[in-house]
Amino acid sequence: MKRSELLSRILITVAVLATVGTPLFIWARTPLIHAKIAEDGGWNPDIIKVNVGEPLHLKLTSDDVVHGFAVGQMDMQSVDVLPGKVTDITLTFDRPGIYTFFCTRWCGLNHWRMRGTIEVTGASDSPIPAEPALGEVERVPMYVTLGLDIDAPHEAPVIPSSQPSASSGRKLAANLPIDRSTDYYRANSPYQVFGELSNTSMTDSQRWDVAAYLWQSNTTAESLANGQQLYAQNCAACHGENGAGDGVFADDLAAAGESSTQTMTGADNMTMQTPVDFTDPTRMLGASPALLQGKILRGGMGTGMPMWGSIFTEEQIWDLIAYLYSFQFNYQGVTQ
Amino acid sequence: MELTRNPFIKNALKSRYPQLAVFIVMLVGYVFAILAGLIGTPVGSHNFSIVFVWIAWWAILILVAVPFFGRGWCAVCPIPLPGEWLQRGAVLTPPDKKPKWLNLRWPKALRNIWLQNISFLLLALFSSVLLTTPNITAIVLAAMLFAAIGLSTIFERRSFCRYLCPVGGFIGLYSQTAPIELRIKEKQVCVTCDGKPCYNGSANGYGCPWDVFPGGLTKNTYCGLCMECIRTCPHDNIAINLRPFSADLSKPSTRMDEAFKAFIMFGSAMIYAGVLLGPWGALKDAAYNVGTSAWFMYVIIFLGMIFIILPGLFSFSLSLSPNPSPAGRGVGVRVFASLATALLPLGLMFWVAFSLSFVLTNATYIFVSLSDPLGLGWNLFGTANTAWQPMLTSILAPAQTLALVGGLIWSARTAQKAAGEVKVSSIPVIIYCFIATLAMLWLLL
Repeated sequence: MKRSELLSRILITVAVLATVGTPLFIWARTPLIHAKIAEDGGWNPDIIKVNVGEPLHLKLTSDDVVHGFAVGQMDMQSVDVLPGKVTDITLTFDRPGIYTFFCTRWCGLNHWRMRGTIEVTGASDSPIPAEPALGEVERVPMYVTLGLDIDAPHEAPVIPSSQPSASSGRKLAANLPIDRSTDYYRANSPYQVFGELSNTSMTDSQRWDVAAYLWQSNTTAESLANGQQLYAQNCAACHGENGAGDGVFADDLAAAGESSTQTMTGADNMTMQTPVDFTDPTRMLGASPALLQGKILRGGMGTGMPMWGSIFTEEQIWDLIAYLYSFQFNYQGVTQ
Repeated sequence: MELTRNPFIKNALKSRYPQLAVFIVMLVGYVFAILAGLIGTPVGSHNFSIVFVWIAWWAILILVAVPFFGRGWCAVCPIPLPGEWLQRGAVLTPPDKKPKWLNLRWPKALRNIWLQNISFLLLALFSSVLLTTPNITAIVLAAMLFAAIGLSTIFERRSFCRYLCPVGGFIGLYSQTAPIELRIKEKQVCVTCDGKPCYNGSANGYGCPWDVFPGGLTKNTYCGLCMECIRTCPHDNIAINLRPFSADLSKPSTRMDEAFKAFIMFGSAMIYAGVLLGPWGALKDAAYNVGTSAWFMYVIIFLGMIFIILPGLFSFSLSLSPNPSPAGRGVGVRVFASLATALLPLGLMFWVAFSLSFVLTNATYIFVSLSDPLGLGWNLFGTANTAWQPMLTSILAPAQTLALVGGLIWSARTAQKAAGEVKVSSIPVIIYCFIATLAMLWLLL
């Protein structure tokens, strides 16, 4: 064989092998976490393991649309995960436990199903006991303490004729012997407060105003703003920007009802797919904050409502609940 | 003008090494495109295979290579190389007398471009998925590579390029319009040449891989510009010439496979413009959702448009000719095929106008993909984060209009020549081209 022929063959073989081998080698050593809409598999991998205190370097990429990444109950900014791009993020966990990471962009109908877990093991330097390790929600939730059946109907038999005003209620409540404690507020629905005021000389409208004031006095502008932000990021996709149950996914949820695996008995339960309308006074004024806490913590069980217990802190949930009532009550004109 | 008079050009073409260097670069790029399609990001707009094949390569092919160099792409295409090297048992060494593989002749019944018409249509019908899904692109690229290898071991020469390659068919057809050609210098030299080494091979090189006898070349259609005959000709009788655009079209083809290729390309450009650039969501969905009833409807419309509606209207327009052929045949096969030649310039310009649109819209993805070809977060050339932005938007519509109007004029001129050859009126064809141009203008603008 001529030398030129031999060299040509060697050159071609080396070039092709290098073209295949080098990228393959680098590719195999670059573990990416792939995000896809839930219908196509969600996160892959969806279980990540790390030791306490060790930096966890993650490379995130989206295989379809824009997703977001955040870890529940961690003080971190959500990062965007863009199609075909790689987002680098480093996390360090100082307490062991199972953390939930989730998508923060409305990526598709089952966006809320895009979740995974980070299993953090090892000894913690933190004085907080290892089990339960995450946040404060591991305390027994109030709805459990109160023994509430969060799936039972909770409609208010009577609703106000106009939106109750916390400003008006404030003046009326000044001389009333009502319990203004946080525990009382959380354990009772506005309708229950309305009922307890039936032995006063106030009109129905005034009694609702007092309830509105009581609700307003148990929150702060900061909590409401925080609740509003959480709502906009996590709830509005289904429940609607204005709480009317008409979010961008609402129609799709209804349409998907019969075929969706989310329903247990098919068409009969299709109504379960309809996001709750927070502007409906019958439903909202009959619900206590503790009841709503249970629904948010646990989720809808068979409906499209996800469980948020592993994502929101207890404080965030109370802030969110305070904001939900703002769809019923007029808080304007009241200063803290 | 004979380019091979220039000693630098002539020596560069006669030597195998410059071509081999280009071949290796192209083959490496091709293999990398397959790999990127398989292991890179599935996001088409960021995957090397999609961006470099369907945006960069396509832009170079349709906007530069075909209009100016004819089969220039075929001269450097990597697809047949592994098969050809295997067939020859060598990369550079001149051939043995004895074939190493089956070396069969291609079946006579298939010595036309109907298989290329079919292979192009197969890709065209799946193009919405093919053009956006990296692993499908990778599979198709690999399949073509292996098909070329397989055919090289069974049949003689470059059977894949000549009879099966889905892009080779239209490149050949449109290469007739290009201002470059490979031709013999003196016919008598070829007539008296012993052994015809340009076709049969010699110690200096291989017999024409495209199964063409250069001495009989009158058109670019089936000459792959592989330059082998320049190396084998013992009389230095092969030249590369610069010539006027569309010189080959003055001798219209009478072959129906080529005529229908013209309709396939003509119709495909219009359908693509509607599907990929048009505002019709249902049409897009139908094209993308392969296997659904909507897609089957799309297939029926696509094929109906190409095989029935466009040729039918063409045929009908010819039948209305105020100056039918002397024999009174009206729409004879010869007339039909000859006048279909007139669709070539306009068809090419349809593709130029359509390609300008999506190439300029998506060109910034080339910079992104160049720096991060596998979507692993690299930034090799600092361009990985280039924001998507359509380029040269202000000149797009004028350039498309110019291409289409220019194509219409070019086709009208070609129609006059073709009509003269078969002695019928060119007016119906010109009106047909005019209406098609209006339709394309509407679709694009």
